[in-house]
Amino acid sequence: MSYSNYFNPELETMPREQLRELQLERLQKTVRQCVKAPFYEQKFKEMGISPEDIKSLDDLQKLPFTTKDDLREFYPWGLTAVPLKECVRLHSSSGTTGNPTVVTHTQKDLDEWANAVARCLWMVGCRPEDVFQNSAGYGMFTAGLGFQYGAERVGMLTVPAAAGNTLRQIKFIKDFGTTVVHAIPSYASRIYEVMREQGIDPRKDTRLRVLCIGAEPHSEEQRQRIEENFGVKAYNSYGISEMMGPGVAFECPEQNGNHIWEDYFIVEIIDPVTLQPSKPGEFGELVITTINREAMPLLRYRTRDLTRLLPGECPCGRTHARIDRLRGRSDDMIILKGVNIFPIQIEKILMNFKELSTDYLITLETIEPQGDFMTVEVEVKEFNDDYQQIQGLTREITRQLKDEILITPKVKLVPKGTLAVSDEKKAVRVKDLRKLF
Amino acid sequence: MKQLSIFLEDKSGTIFRVLNLLKGGGIQIIASTVADTMDNAIYRIICDNPDKAYLILSDAGMTVNLTEVNVIELDDEPGRAAEALAPLTEKGVNIAYLYSFLLNGKGVLVYKVR
Repeated sequence: MSYSNYFNPELETMPREQLRELQLERLQKTVRQCVKAPFYEQKFKEMGISPEDIKSLDDLQKLPFTTKDDLREFYPWGLTAVPLKECVRLHSSSGTTGNPTVVTHTQKDLDEWANAVARCLWMVGCRPEDVFQNSAGYGMFTAGLGFQYGAERVGMLTVPAAAGNTLRQIKFIKDFGTTVVHAIPSYASRIYEVMREQGIDPRKDTRLRVLCIGAEPHSEEQRQRIEENFGVKAYNSYGISEMMGPGVAFECPEQNGNHIWEDYFIVEIIDPVTLQPSKPGEFGELVITTINREAMPLLRYRTRDLTRLLPGECPCGRTHARIDRLRGRSDDMIILKGVNIFPIQIEKILMNFKELSTDYLITLETIEPQGDFMTVEVEVKEFNDDYQQIQGLTREITRQLKDEILITPKVKLVPKGTLAVSDEKKAVRVKDLRKLF
Repeated sequence: MKQLSIFLEDKSGTIFRVLNLLKGGGIQIIASTVADTMDNAIYRIICDNPDKAYLILSDAGMTVNLTEVNVIELDDEPGRAAEALAPLTEKGVNIAYLYSFLLNGKGVLVYKVR
């Protein structure tokens, strides 16, 4: 049986002009809807704006930003724009630092969510003949139910295995002839390790052909390792629980950026400090406005994720914008001598040197009279009794860092174990000892 | 001859840590030298059991290398070192580092070339 390449050809390949018209129409509807929520009612009053002010997509700039803190402050129902009796589900974050966030859905919201995830899965080759095993946590974690309904919408036979009990996961994969698995990347790696311990070769002993990985930041190298291990393609899923969860953006078979569905969302990339739009192609904070949601529309939601829009058309034929692999969180940004620097920029350079370990430390300090200063310490993996090699390496790292961050840091190679931190804690990568005025 | 070469942080206590680890393993040090490079230090050691010492230090997580170095044995008399190096210099050999010590009444010249 032959299928279309697209789950929804009309929307996925809609000409940009037409897509923008659809966006404006949906934005206007969204703005009229959102003021029914106490948070936006108050916000609009404070700013002296009304839904009628939105006459073009450029008028988006007039709308307020929304942050996670707003969701916490207006916990639990302050951003819900429909009567609760019209809501059929909520998802909530863990709320380790203060109130959790709550996201409400009407039945239509859930339908549209399922459509979005189905579109993503179809894009990476999932078809009704497939057996889809969802090895992500269910319950409040949106990747469970989010993928469940999306996979059912495609028409696949779904195996809601949830996370954990790896031996049982592997038994399901073998016994049910699972062809597609969704898991967070670290769990996909875990499944592979246990397969190896069991003497199972995923290439020969299973029917696996597609992996979907997401909900956890991972590098291109990590993805490639997973692909090599399983001998199948692994596609990157980008979700945000405040938007709905998975289905926001997903990689297409080109594996060059994630398509973000512009009939659901209006995307902006902003400078997280000035809040002004970033120049085209530049990295900045991803800001999303939902335009296809009833219960909880969000205007200009600051995701804190750093990415950029990829230029040009995608050969896959989809007209929706593509976001680049995430570069970290805007909360991690360093401002040194007026230059914005993200630790991930430094990490990326360091990882290119096979002589270095993955442990590094960025220290910012004030040294009179030069002012603020950055030191990058990084551990050497191997030392071959050659001081010239150490010097040469230091020079080359310094040169490449300067090219990337436009500031010359002091690079210091240190022995193994100098920067190591305890296993259970996330490594400290940035130490700011600057004098603040 | 095998020499231990340890890459150390330039701060108090790092050399002491090496010495303590070697003491714990019953290693006898014959000669040692510290090069104070720009931001770190390189500690080079000749000892009675370099293979064992290497294992002790690398197991302790140290950045250590077991290096094969050139050795010239000399009579303990003035001028022997100059004579020993003359042929190398004629060949244009560039010496990266060099140190010497006395062992069993003989002079020992340890060096590594670039």
